[in-house]
Amino acid sequence: MSDQKRLGEIFRNGILDENPTFRMVLGMCPTLAISTAVNQGIGMGLATTFVLVFSNLVISLLRNIIPEKVRIPSFVVVIATFVTIVDLLMKAFVPALSQSLGLYIPLIVVNCIIFARAESFAFKQPPLASLVDGFSMGIGFTISITLLSAVREVLGSGTFLGMQVMPASYHPMAIIIRPPGGFIVLGLLMLLVNAVVKAIQKRKAAKAKEEIA
Amino acid sequence: MSSLLLIIVGGVLVNNFVMSQFLGICAFLGVSKKTETALGMGMAVTFVMAIASLFTYFIQRYLLIPLKLEYMQTIAFILIIAVLVQSVEIVLKKTSRSLYQALGIYLPLITTNCAVLGVAINNTTAIEGGYNLIQSVVNGTAGALGFTLALVAFAAIRERLALGNMPKWMDGFPGALIGAGLMSIAFQGFSGLIH
Repeated sequence: MSDQKRLGEIFRNGILDENPTFRMVLGMCPTLAISTAVNQGIGMGLATTFVLVFSNLVISLLRNIIPEKVRIPSFVVVIATFVTIVDLLMKAFVPALSQSLGLYIPLIVVNCIIFARAESFAFKQPPLASLVDGFSMGIGFTISITLLSAVREVLGSGTFLGMQVMPASYHPMAIIIRPPGGFIVLGLLMLLVNAVVKAIQKRKAAKAKEEIA
Repeated sequence: MSSLLLIIVGGVLVNNFVMSQFLGICAFLGVSKKTETALGMGMAVTFVMAIASLFTYFIQRYLLIPLKLEYMQTIAFILIIAVLVQSVEIVLKKTSRSLYQALGIYLPLITTNCAVLGVAINNTTAIEGGYNLIQSVVNGTAGALGFTLALVAFAAIRERLALGNMPKWMDGFPGALIGAGLMSIAFQGFSGLIH
């Protein structure tokens, strides 16, 4: 029971409290670069999730074998291996998406989210917990990047997943899908998410106070 | 010669790493609170990126292509960069104490700066068959100088902002991101420079 509860907590952590994009501000390069269309956001999110889950699992399994001193190069090799796997898989099965994500697929190697989880979680925790942590962080990243790309695609091209959603009279704001739009929309979304998380925490604290009283 | 000039203008201004390609954003947001540290980081990145372009060119040309191991590119390049960063650190420590003190703390961070791996991969894919040796090194150096330019300019803006009267809810990352967005609009103005 307590084990399940703990795993649940790890899961929640990645999606809300320590959301890699909005709370930890990690992995900004792919987040900003490819969030111009929803399908790219989902594709990037899932590719990163795949790498996170497997690199967390393998690093956790090897945590007693890898000497402390060479842990960073070892992480690099493990992560790069899974990135290469995902790169080749995407080239074979979703060539169009792989083409549009381009350079940013091999660059998953240097995504700080993956390093951060390997260093701060997988290297210290048992395999199952690490796997759940990788999955929840990956999903947290996927949700964030999909949200960002949804806002940018709807406002910037008037479509959602390629389908027209805005009325024909809507004039798309081209700046939103250009690089400046990425920075600005992410900044505004971060404000919003921070406000929501703060409100939730406040309510929780008030509730806890009430219970004590 | 004119192609080299195009690469330089393209790398520094038009396709600026930070402002239009979104490479090296972590470092861009992380070390842009002070102009001095920003300049230090920029110099360290320029140094590593020029050498990394050189080494990855040889690896690609004389190891990966002849052995038909191009699919190992990601693993090979990131290892080279990690080794390179570490050796630059060791060499600097032994030979130039002052430079090491100036750049030392930034060096370990550079391994995970995606601009370095990005430029190495970009060198091999930018044109059919990849850039040649000189073009690769020039591209790496120009890209890094563009990174430095954006980083230092942004740090200067943030220094000013810190003194200004920002609303409290805009403090930290959201405010920084919106500031970066406005700066990126300025950089968009360069996009007509080359076709």
